[in-house]
Amino acid sequence: MKPSSHAFAENARRALHDATLQQALAKAGVGFVDKRRGAIAGLPEFEALREAGRAIKDHSLANLDHYLARFEQQVTAGGGQVHWAETPAQACAAVLDICQQAGARMIAKGKSMVGEEIAVNDALEAAGYEVVETDLGEYIIQIAHEPPSHIIAPAVHKTRGQIAALFEALHHRPGLTRPLETVPQIVDEARQILRDKFLAADVGITGANFLIAETGSTVIVTNEGNGDLSATLPRVHIVLASIEKAVPTLEDASVLLRLLARSATGQEITSYTTFFTGPRRADDLDGPEEFHVVLVDNGRSQMLGGAYHEMLRCIRCGACLNHCPVYGAVGGHAYGWVYPGPMGAVLTPLMVGLKEGRPLPNASTLCGRCEAVCPMSIPLPKMLREHRRREFVQGLTPPRGRWALAAWAYGARRPWLYRKLGRWMVAMLKLMSGGRGRFRSLPFAGAWTAARDLPAPQGGTFMDQWQRRKHHG
Amino acid sequence: MRIALFVSCLVDLYRPSVGFAAVKLLEGLGAEVVVPEGQTCCGQPAFNSGDLAAARDLARPLIDTLAGFEHVVVPSGSCAGMLVKYYPELFAHEPEWLAKARTLARHSRELSAFLAEHGAVIDARHAGRVAMHDSCSSRRELNVLAEPRRLLNAVAGLEQVDIPEAETCCGFGGTFCVKYPDISARMVSDKAEAVINSGADTLVSGDMGCLLNIAGRLKRMESPVRVYHIAELLAGMTDAPGIGEGER
Repeated sequence: MKPSSHAFAENARRALHDATLQQALAKAGVGFVDKRRGAIAGLPEFEALREAGRAIKDHSLANLDHYLARFEQQVTAGGGQVHWAETPAQACAAVLDICQQAGARMIAKGKSMVGEEIAVNDALEAAGYEVVETDLGEYIIQIAHEPPSHIIAPAVHKTRGQIAALFEALHHRPGLTRPLETVPQIVDEARQILRDKFLAADVGITGANFLIAETGSTVIVTNEGNGDLSATLPRVHIVLASIEKAVPTLEDASVLLRLLARSATGQEITSYTTFFTGPRRADDLDGPEEFHVVLVDNGRSQMLGGAYHEMLRCIRCGACLNHCPVYGAVGGHAYGWVYPGPMGAVLTPLMVGLKEGRPLPNASTLCGRCEAVCPMSIPLPKMLREHRRREFVQGLTPPRGRWALAAWAYGARRPWLYRKLGRWMVAMLKLMSGGRGRFRSLPFAGAWTAARDLPAPQGGTFMDQWQRRKHHG
Repeated sequence: MRIALFVSCLVDLYRPSVGFAAVKLLEGLGAEVVVPEGQTCCGQPAFNSGDLAAARDLARPLIDTLAGFEHVVVPSGSCAGMLVKYYPELFAHEPEWLAKARTLARHSRELSAFLAEHGAVIDARHAGRVAMHDSCSSRRELNVLAEPRRLLNAVAGLEQVDIPEAETCCGFGGTFCVKYPDISARMVSDKAEAVINSGADTLVSGDMGCLLNIAGRLKRMESPVRVYHIAELLAGMTDAPGIGEGER
């Protein structure tokens, strides 16, 4: 996917004026927040669990090389195969290679953000394969030819009416004509369409929420069961996973699973939590003949031990998106690449470059709510600031902001000058306000006054008045 | 007790009455209030814009100016957060300044937290329904939530009301409000509506940034809700025009 993060301001403006999108966002936002709040209220030890989860991730990352090697060893011992990919191109090549050797034609795909990151669908389709997304949300955006707008609810930007219209346009054929007014009706239709695809698929691709080193298992959580069908019905199962997903034991994964579901959808546990360990064994009734895990780095090993190390603790729950006032206002597409919201504002510049991604870390009030709700206590505002620091050091900050800041800092370092300028500015503004106490508009303040009045200063500075009071009592 | 007041640039330039309200409240504790002369800006705009060198250049003289005081009080959660939380971060690699920054951080408090902790006796009257807006820095950086409410409870005739979705940012965000004015406008509109829905006739907060932003939007909406810094209300100074109001 070609990023459009550089055009964030423009994307955001468009999103703010898109009435249908605003309707969809308003509905989704409150739901996620309330559900999470309810789930956490019901678990008094949530903070302790959060600490434990963080410790597990910190330990796993500190020993990532060990646990990844152990994971590979166990996958191999179970009859599966691990493919290491440093870049998205290498990851796609590995997937294409497996599909080709399997003589595949159709691929059933479960939801995978790493799949979006490496653009595996584009690679597969370019090579002539038919790829069908089997997660309902992913299926909707696939037929709408759009990227996901949320990491756990990819079609959250779509209203029910839009989805019904999409389905009617694509699925309408004799024998499959029914009203599509309620959610169950929409889901039922998708289920009928997808059922045939599961049975016809040669290869199933799923993501992974965790990789378990001690057993060589990959774990996914879904609420639709589509991941299980994608993994078990086709002959070949490919798991796409990024390297930071590795944890030592099943026990560790269970701690993180409890945090994940509550933080994401407010569930105690998702409807399906599935552990895949190798291909079908001799006495298994079902399962794939081949089991492959493609381990994707894509810059993550560079993050280890650096300023963005803690970002690797992210378990992709989406809580930071759901609680972000900027995400809530503009939705995910405005961010212009795969990962939106606060976590996306940290990851995108690292993966597509700071030059392309630089608006994202700036599009934040640093209100800190993301960090407050993050189950992994990732200091997201601190990392947004770090991006801003690098942007400044590399001279990517727009000149106007740079100059304004430099002028302010110059004055503020010289108290006598600062007092003089302050006195003058306050007097001028006070005079211009004509006693009305505020401005409806003001030269150079258009950004502020477009939607709000600018209160006028009271008149005089505190420092001057204080001096006078001190001397004249 | 000797207290250094760091008034913050917005109070200095925009609303001196907040500084005087703070002085009055602190003197009410029986303290001597000093306003060290060299103070200007804490450097937060530079810090948040990625210019750490400029932020350090502003922080060093302020650290020196405020050194030696047992108590440093700031009528702003966001500037207090800068002193308490970010100065030590800013000097993480300069041991000498780190030690000074940590000392200052230990001695610095946001005004309402300081007053509540020192058992301030509030002698003010304000008949009406008052909503307290917590700045994100007060709420999440300093964890100051109960203190301002405890102080407001002591104001005669005052009824406190809660703002719905109180945890959501008002959309000020320093330079954010001019860098992304459309998004900021949307956020402050939501906030102003929440304030109106709370049924309050007066809004207070401990941060001038939020106050200028929300007051500006309330005025644009022609809302009658009056807006003050919490210090002004606690000091019984709500007879003067509120933020964004003309002279009467």
